[in-house]
Amino acid sequence: MAQIFHPSMRVISRASIIVVFLLVGFVGWVSWDMYRSGYFTDVNVPKEQPIPFSHEHHVNGLGISCGYCHTSVEKSAFAGIPPTHTCMTCHSQIWTGAPMLEPVRASYRTQRPLEWNRVHDLPDFAYFNHSIHVKKGMSCQVCHGNVNMMPLVWKQSTLQMAWCLDCHRQPEKFIRPVEEIYNFEYRPPQDQIAFGKELVKKYDVKTKQLTDCSICHR
Amino acid sequence: MTKTDRLVKDCFNRHALRSALAMFICIGLITGCNDMYDSSRIKPLEKNSFFTDGSSARIAPEGTVARGRAVNDDLLSTGRVNGRLADTFPFTITDSVMARGRDRFTTFCTPCHGRLGDGGGMIVQRGFPRPNSFHTDSLRERPAGYFFDVMTNGFGRMYSYAPSVPVEDRWAIVAYIRALQLSQRAEASTLSNEDRTKLFRLAQ
Ligand code: HEC
Ligand code: HEC
Ligand code: HEC
Ligand code: HEC
Ligand code: HEC
Ligand code: HEC
Repeated sequence: MAQIFHPSMRVISRASIIVVFLLVGFVGWVSWDMYRSGYFTDVNVPKEQPIPFSHEHHVNGLGISCGYCHTSVEKSAFAGIPPTHTCMTCHSQIWTGAPMLEPVRASYRTQRPLEWNRVHDLPDFAYFNHSIHVKKGMSCQVCHGNVNMMPLVWKQSTLQMAWCLDCHRQPEKFIRPVEEIYNFEYRPPQDQIAFGKELVKKYDVKTKQLTDCSICHR
Repeated sequence: MTKTDRLVKDCFNRHALRSALAMFICIGLITGCNDMYDSSRIKPLEKNSFFTDGSSARIAPEGTVARGRAVNDDLLSTGRVNGRLADTFPFTITDSVMARGRDRFTTFCTPCHGRLGDGGGMIVQRGFPRPNSFHTDSLRERPAGYFFDVMTNGFGRMYSYAPSVPVEDRWAIVAYIRALQLSQRAEASTLSNEDRTKLFRLAQ
């Protein structure tokens, strides 16, 4: 019987095995990086909205507090998106003729809710709760960035599991006094870690169980 | 066809078939898993085509009361006793109630009524009709229930704040307004020594 492969093929076959491994590794590395990158996770990409609602204008310009619109952030899992009624408390009198605000007035007339596009959206298998974070000294700014300066909201964090865990492993790096959670000018003290450890103790943050899978995957 | 040819072909067919099958199953599993990213669980306010208005959040039908929301206390929920605006509070006013009132007043009322309640808030400066100052005789003489009633049902061009401020918080705000009213005409001599020195230090 004739040989199927010539002996010289040995070198080629060995080389090709190595090349295949390298290729797989490279593709894996690229896709892992893409997966974590801003491009894939939409980080820092302002989201188009049906009405160009500006946090910069309303919060920084007019001094309206987050709680005026996101009413349930301190007491429930969901931060709350304001109903049309909330916009109308002011826009029944202000900019009443502006075409930009016609969808708001139409929504109020017809009782059909406005449809905002979600910016942050965790997968349904992960559980998140605002009230516990806000009560234990986690500021909106730490997770959402300087929303008060955003003409349209974008995502500042990837919301990936590694991001949650970065803080759950060391909450002392991010914690601040509860009175300061809405303060966007807050500067952490020089000795943040020592100060943070004190607050972690004061607010009784249960650091030991914070990395248990069952906390976020229930 | 030689024997070798057949061997090669056989080999190729079986292996190729199997690995192709395995690959399809893998791909199926991976994409199948993605359904868990958006399962049929509904997040608050998520869009839902089941109802004609497209909203998953439902408004309670008229005449029904949500579980745990029943209030059998007229004073607490309407500010009235026997149909008349009351000048009493439904619970005792403690330091923490007052702090809460201050916090809620700052969030919901200062945009128009201003920090002092004088009616010069930021939204008024941008063209909202100017409300009366809380520091007029007629508003000082109003019973506590009046302020509660305005927040609950709205007043003229001011919309109701009942959707965003729960009843207890509305009462806390009333308490804080009372404190504001007092603060604008209290005699310095009625203060404690400590508070008076603090006041003078601030005034300088
Ligand atoms: C005048 C009302 C108003 C105020 C005040 C306000 N917001 Fe918002 N916020 C909205 C509306 C409406 C949306 C939905 C549209 C959008 O995403 O821009 C929103 C969206 C958001 C989102 C994105 C939600 C998503 O889709 O994932 C975040 C985060 C947020 N707000 C944070 C804040 C913070 C922090 C503050 C205080 C600094 C604040 N907001 C103050 C009305 C308000
Ligand atoms: C507390 C009062 C208040 C509330 C509540 C409020 N607005 Fe405004 N908004 C204003 C004022 C005042 C202006 C005009 C600002 C100016 O004159 O500088 C304005 C301007 C706007 C504009 C014009 C574009 C811009 O930002 O320059 C849009 C759009 C708008 N608001 C949308 C909304 C929507 C949507 C909501 C509800 C989620 C809302 N507003 C709630 C007070 C309010
Ligand atoms: C520990 C991080 C963290 C902090 C602190 C935080 N948020 Fe969020 N926020 C999130 C995450 C994660 C989501 C996405 C939740 C989801 O998709 O279910 C979110 C979503 C939102 C939304 C969209 C509605 C919702 O609840 O899904 C709003 C509005 C919002 N946040 C406002 C705020 C405000 C205002 C504060 C400060 C009082 C705040 N957040 C503090 C992490 C945080
Ligand atoms: C900046 C810090 C920080 C980030 C980011 C953060 N957390 Fe937390 N989280 C905390 C702290 C602090 C607590 C309070 C723990 C306690 O009270 O024992 C907490 C508590 C929780 C709890 C409640 C735990 C319990 O005991 O019931 C859940 C659920 C949770 N986090 C989920 C998440 C998820 C999901 C994310 C990412 C999307 C996230 N967190 C991101 C700091 C953070
Ligand atoms: C602090 C909250 C938190 C904890 C603790 C946590 N997870 Fe997650 N996990 C998340 C979030 C948020 C996501 C969604 C990330 C995304 O957007 O894909 C996730 C996603 C996952 C995924 C899907 C991976 C993917 O990329 O889609 C797996 C698997 C997982 N977690 C397993 C675990 C296991 C195992 C543990 C315990 C060792 C654990 N998680 C602990 C928050 C958490
Ligand atoms: C968007 C601006 C705005 C906000 C926010 C607002 N108000 Fe008003 N308020 C007004 C205006 C304007 C009037 C006068 C209405 C009229 O005469 O048509 C008024 C009237 C009142 C009155 C009656 C005064 C009188 O002359 O008898 C009271 C009491 C009052 N507001 C309390 C509050 C409280 C408490 C809050 C916070 C929960 C609040 N308001 C928030 C604009 C506002």
